[in-house]
Formats: sequence, structure tokens, C-alpha cells
Amino acid sequence: MMRSTSALRALPRTAQLVNTARAFSASASTSFASPSDAPTPAAGSKPPAVKEFKIYRWNPDTPTEKPELKSYKVDLNQCGPMMLDALIKIKNEMDPTLTFRRSCREGICGSCAMNIDGVNTLACLCRIEKDTAKTTKVYPLPHMYVVKDLVPDLTLFYKQYKSIEPYLKNDNPPEREFYQSQEDRKKLDGMYECILCACCSTSCPSYWWNQDQYLGPAVLMQAYRWIADSRDGYTEDRKDRLQNNMSLYRCHTIMNCSRTCPKGLSPGRAIAELKLEMATGVKAKAMNP
Amino acid sequence: MARRFVQTNSISEMEGLKLLNTQRMNRPVSPHLDIYQPQVTWVLSGLHRITGVAVAGVFYVGALTYLLHPIYPAIDSAHLIEAVHNLPVWFKTSAKVAFALPLTFHSFNGIRHLMWDTGKGLTMKGVYASGYAVMAASVISTIYLAFFV
Repeated sequence: MMRSTSALRALPRTAQLVNTARAFSASASTSFASPSDAPTPAAGSKPPAVKEFKIYRWNPDTPTEKPELKSYKVDLNQCGPMMLDALIKIKNEMDPTLTFRRSCREGICGSCAMNIDGVNTLACLCRIEKDTAKTTKVYPLPHMYVVKDLVPDLTLFYKQYKSIEPYLKNDNPPEREFYQSQEDRKKLDGMYECILCACCSTSCPSYWWNQDQYLGPAVLMQAYRWIADSRDGYTEDRKDRLQNNMSLYRCHTIMNCSRTCPKGLSPGRAIAELKLEMATGVKAKAMNP
Repeated sequence: MARRFVQTNSISEMEGLKLLNTQRMNRPVSPHLDIYQPQVTWVLSGLHRITGVAVAGVFYVGALTYLLHPIYPAIDSAHLIEAVHNLPVWFKTSAKVAFALPLTFHSFNGIRHLMWDTGKGLTMKGVYASGYAVMAASVISTIYLAFFV
């Protein structure tokens, strides 16, 4: 504190004035999502690499109009490396009506889940394909009701998650800390990390055809996460609820879920271990080898 | 008093559901099977089901045809063997391929599914390795059955 004041005193008078003036001046641009001043590439920079993006569009204000793929051309040298950067650039500079969910831009909120080039993933974790000869197609998560453009209706998905009671249920909790052995804690690894982005559930053909009754990979992995928890007192009750034709056993080990998970988890494996545990009564080993 | 530019109305859960359902009547379902990237995972799963239906269908229809033997005495093994014997070789071989490929694929992929049911080979690496192994095994065994048997 003392040092900085003395340093300020040492500065010429004019410099001090400039410093105070800056503190009071407000930034000129306060508007959001407005066209930016297109930055002109500096001399000697790379030639523009224009890539075409085809994005699924559907507007609820004109519901009779069929959904369409709208084309946008983006110069990759003026754009960040990820698909979310391209979408935000398109929304900011070309078409403010483009609608999509996004929040954290680092793969932890799960908002920007969508189908990019035929694979469900998070736009913020998905690199833009560098090959400008190929167009990249962006769709909302497959076989879901579309709210608008890339925004799917996830009401049913969240309802299904609620239905498995995703919280600790125990009638006789200990007075103080709830101890768990390191082995028991390890059983939750690979399951508790799920961010519920719905990429896996909406990649599953069984879920496409039977989502009114089948719970889907994301919810089933969370069901198993609470069944596998050593502190939960309702393990048998939880298993009983899955003991029917549809809730769990519509899983036919297709494994699209594990293939597509943007967090690298394996819902397919968790469901197989849940089935095994329900059939044999033997608790499966820890998920991670 | 401050002026409000945006107003919200709270509605009951039932009213909310009603509103959601009217909105859903207009909402399209996003594209699925035809836009999803073909992957070993779901393509083999789809083929497993299709070949299962085809193999079982041919088996049941073929077996049940024998029930017509009392009415049409010509339907028996002796006549069938004779009829097939007189067919041209190219036809017999391609028919054998058409029968053997679904049967062998379904059998090998069935073993793959049984392995998964014991909790083994469920890593992505395992799924892909066993998938390619099943494809190779069904092609090789089909070539053997069609050309060397």
C-alpha cells in the first residue's frame, strides 16, 4: 500500500490526471449481442478459411412452417476453436434469432448439448472440424420435442430423474459424519460426475422409441449411483421399482450412450452392472478398474 | 412507485401442464435415426435384431411348411433335396451366402451379448474390438459355409 502511493507520487502530474480520468469514463459499448465491428485481418495474416455451417431452425411463432437447415458461413480465422464459439459468433454477427442454450462454456453445466455432425455432444467441448470443404450440420438432441431451433424440451427427462429419488434415503442416519470406506466410495466414481446433459439418453434408440416408459441411460446410471451408495438404506426398494419390463430392461446394450458421453463416462456399463446386480444379488465391483 | 416493464403470472401445476401440452401439439420431434452418425454400436445392434427376425422367420416358416405334407405329399425332404440338387451352382452358392451370413452374424453377436451380460468387455475399446471381431468371424464362416461345404 505504502509503496504504490509513493510510486504514484513519483509520477508526473499529467499522468496522474489521466489515471483518474480513466476511472470515471464509461465504456462506450453497453449493448449485448450486437454486430461487432468486423475486425479487418492484419497484413500478412492467413487467408480466410470460410466454413459452412448448416443449422436446424424451427420457430414456434410460425408452427406450420417446416423445420429447415439454414446455412451460415464463418471465417474460422476470425472465430474461436469450439463449436460454441461459432454458434455465438453466428448469433452475435449474422442472425440474432438463432436460439440455443449455453452457460459455462467449459463442459460442466451441460446446457449446450446438441447433435453436431451426427453425434450428440456438448458444443463447448466439440472442436470445429478444420476441413472447410465439409459442411458441419448442427441439430438439436435427437427425437425430442423442439422448443425452438436447437432447444429441446427436457421436461420428461427431468421428471424421470426426479422419479428415481436422486438423494440419500436412510431411516437411521448416524449422529455425526456418515462414514464410508474407500472401497465403497470408489464404487461411485464414474457415476457421480454425470452432469445430466442428456446426450446419452437422446443417443439411445431404445429411448427414442420408448421414452414414455423407459428411463434412459442417464437416469438409470443415477439410479444405480444411489443403489451402489453404501450409505443408502433403500437399496432393495430402489431395485424393486426397476423390476418391470420397461423402466430398465428396454436397455439392449446398444452402447451408443457410452460412445457419445462428452464427459467420458459409461452409462452402458453402469446399466449392465445394475442388471447383473439385480439378477444375482451380488454387488458389482468398482466402476473404474 | 416503480414502473414494471415485464410482468409474470404464476399458474398452477395443472395449468402449466395444459399449456405445455398445447405447445407440444405444435412442436416437431427433432430428427433422429436418419441424421445420427452410423456407428458400430447401434448399426450392429440393429442388424442383430433384423437378422434375428429373419433367421427365426425362415426357420419357423420352413418348419411349419412340413405340416402341409398330408395335403401335398410332394412337400418332404426327398423332394426338397432333389429340387435343390437340380439348381445351378451360382444360385445355390448365393442362396447359401444369403442364409449363412445372417445366421453366423446373429450367432456370434449373440455370444457378444452374453459376454456383456456377465459384465465383461463393456469398455468402449472392448465394444469396438468385439464388434469388429464379430464382423470378421461372420464373413469368414460365411465364406466357409457357402463355398467349402
